Amino acid sequence: MYPYLLFIGITTLMIGWIWGVLYAPEDFQQGNSYRIIFLHVPASIFAQTIYYFMSICALMHIVWRVKLAAYLIKSAAPIGAMITFIALFSGSIWGIPTWGTWWQWDARITSTLILFIMYLGILTLHGSFSNLEKADRLMSILVIVGVVNLPIIKKSVDWWSTLHQPASISTSGSSIDPSMLMPLLISIVGLGFTLISLGILSSRLYILNREKNKKWVLEHV
Amino acid sequence: MLQVRKNRLWKIFTIFLVSSGGVFLILFSLNSTLDLFYTPSEMLEADIKPEYRIKLGGMVKNGSIKRKGTATNFLVTDFVKEVPVTFNGVTPDLFKEDSGVVMLGYYLDGIFKAEEIFAKHDENYMPPELSFEEEKI
Repeated sequence: MYPYLLFIGITTLMIGWIWGVLYAPEDFQQGNSYRIIFLHVPASIFAQTIYYFMSICALMHIVWRVKLAAYLIKSAAPIGAMITFIALFSGSIWGIPTWGTWWQWDARITSTLILFIMYLGILTLHGSFSNLEKADRLMSILVIVGVVNLPIIKKSVDWWSTLHQPASISTSGSSIDPSMLMPLLISIVGLGFTLISLGILSSRLYILNREKNKKWVLEHV
Repeated sequence: MLQVRKNRLWKIFTIFLVSSGGVFLILFSLNSTLDLFYTPSEMLEADIKPEYRIKLGGMVKNGSIKRKGTATNFLVTDFVKEVPVTFNGVTPDLFKEDSGVVMLGYYLDGIFKAEEIFAKHDENYMPPELSFEEEKI
């Protein structure tokens, strides 16, 4: 199933990016440098969405001891770390021409860096136990503890003065012109499908690896 | 729900509540230090020592930018108080009048001497033709 999703995802992403980079109009203030929005915003959205997904899995693992839920956390975390890194990195590249700096310790940037460190911490914690069941459980608890960071990232631009601008898209509408918003939304959908297919691929590999001594895997392979 | 699952749910709920509570207490006690910059009113009230390097942020007052060689002088305002700023160097592309700015530097003798200038940009994105139309309205 995942090759189809990957195909749909990458095609949609390419449509969004080609539209955004070649056909969308320039911005009235930032000129062409705003075009990194088509990478930065989708990446930042999924950096947080993947953590929400992991926290639901963590709850399922802790309360119902669903083994698969822990496997999903372990397979989603590297993807989350990667996409958070892309969000930080693309933001830095965007910051040089527009802000005049690639890094400031403002609340939005710092809380996103903490999200990146959380992903790495989750993976490191899991890797540091030889007893894998125990590792699964402690990892799930750490995921739940880290959930508090998500509303902080979201509200950081409203609670404190930051260099980062406030949200452009909210439930009450968007302050992005429709000619730029369309390719942005398409890029978000495209990246979503791409990440789901990567997640399926990585969890399949991890499940086989974890269950390699079980009978069903030997029969399957 | 089985009793054992209920207990696990309560346990993780407590862990979540206590850790989030702790984080929010820390954030509340740090509140104003988590701001990236002082506004002009905050800075004038806070009585900053001239040897402290601070960040000041606000809007560049309309019609206040004066350039002389590499030096730039302007007024930064929060629409309550304003502070004169002097800066020597290259300003970012988005540094312009009626636009947000954050500066790193020292406040002495009523003038803010900026060492570095960062431009803030707002959350609005539109093509240039549209922004002209908006100005006309």
